[in-house]
Amino acid sequence: MEFPEDYKYSKEHEWVLVEGTVATVGITDYAQDQLGDIVFVELPAIGDKVSKEDAFGVVESVKAVSDIYAPVSGKVLEVNDDLPENPEMLNEDAYGDGWIIKIEMSDPDELADLMNAAEYEEYVAEEKE
Amino acid sequence: MKRTPLYAAHQALGARFVDFGGWEMPVQYTGIIEEHQAVRQRVGLFDVSHMGEIELRGPRAIAVCQELTVNDLNRLRDGQAQYSLLCRPSGGVVDDIMVHRLSSERVLLCVNAGNIEKDFAWILEHRDGAEAINRSDEFGLLALQGPQATAVLRTVTSLSLDEIPPFAFADGQVAGRSVLAAHTGYTGEDGWEMYCRPQDAVMLWDTLLEAGAPVGIKPAGLGARDTLRLERALPLYGHELTDETTPLEAGLSWVVRFDKGSFIGRGALQRQRAAGVSRRLVGVVLTEPGIARQGYGIIGGGEVVGQITSGTKSPTLGKAIGLGYVASAWQKVGTTLSIDIRGRAIAAEVVQLPFYRR
Repeated sequence: MEFPEDYKYSKEHEWVLVEGTVATVGITDYAQDQLGDIVFVELPAIGDKVSKEDAFGVVESVKAVSDIYAPVSGKVLEVNDDLPENPEMLNEDAYGDGWIIKIEMSDPDELADLMNAAEYEEYVAEEKE
Repeated sequence: MKRTPLYAAHQALGARFVDFGGWEMPVQYTGIIEEHQAVRQRVGLFDVSHMGEIELRGPRAIAVCQELTVNDLNRLRDGQAQYSLLCRPSGGVVDDIMVHRLSSERVLLCVNAGNIEKDFAWILEHRDGAEAINRSDEFGLLALQGPQATAVLRTVTSLSLDEIPPFAFADGQVAGRSVLAAHTGYTGEDGWEMYCRPQDAVMLWDTLLEAGAPVGIKPAGLGARDTLRLERALPLYGHELTDETTPLEAGLSWVVRFDKGSFIGRGALQRQRAAGVSRRLVGVVLTEPGIARQGYGIIGGGEVVGQITSGTKSPTLGKAIGLGYVASAWQKVGTTLSIDIRGRAIAAEVVQLPFYRR
């Protein structure tokens, strides 16, 4: 299980990578492992407004449907257009090619509510028990 | 939650578990799609020890089973099995089962795990002079399924497998243990289901995995079992079949042998056959992106005309497939419908079943 240091993490198992005011968002290695083979992704449109802790998209594994929640509020700047055709990228490279959306943050202070890698690793360990 | 004799073996293989009908069962080991493909292309091994076994015994056993089930036991000789249904007087399905004729005085029914108690109570109520025994705790059950299943089994059994055609079974030795080996399955592939003593299950499991290793056998969980059976359009109790659905609605009229004489549900089913069913199970393939799931509404002409009972992305076809009930006017192959997926109407087409046939 990977927990890259430079990422921030939400309790709903999304990761955030920040560059200036733009947050790239995906699901964590733990999330993709729990979901199993991902076969479908539903993404928002560019320009959509997303709010922290609200669902902005859906990932479906063979067996289950799960919402993806926004770790921060803002406007959708970019979506990963390759995902609908290749949803397995979420399993294969959750922290890289499997990124989901980029958000132009409206309130970067919200980042303080997210966990760092060590905190998230501990959070996952507790959830597993 | 109940566990099968193979629980520790599943744990050692890194299985992820799920509650299925009160049983803690492996849903997957390495991944559902990988396990699914192994069964379609090579061979997979399933633990289905959670399933129940109920025996009818005595001179009245066959006659009582004829009354309890909709298929015709007169079509079976000793050592043959058939798919059948226990129905209520209303025609609703109590359970879908495999009927094994052991002898002229012994019939072994294999029933769904979640229905064992309900079925046994129902059978006791209608045993009418036959002895009914719930033997579910006396058996482990392993399913070896896939195009290589017979070749793999051949290396570890003294049974002459070529003399056991599909839907037949025989007593014999596998890995030196006594089993009842049935040439049956629930995946749409060739395969065998082996009823064994619970204490022999681990030995058989390990031996079969070892024997299959050269051809790439995989242990397969309930996740793959579900996608495999769905592609072959085999019904799953609690989804396509319930106490409120009839075999005629479920497309199982081929199982109902009206010509055999009396059986429970006959009157209601005859009336339904004469009047025509008002709803029918159909297969749909989505023609727009999305996946249909159990409980999603089926829309025709702007109205809700039915509901999905099972749906997934088919690993073999690469398309989203589903089974569901629709009002009869919408059952024809080629009909365009849509599925209500989170409030959006996603286009789908009624297709010929099964989705996959080997």
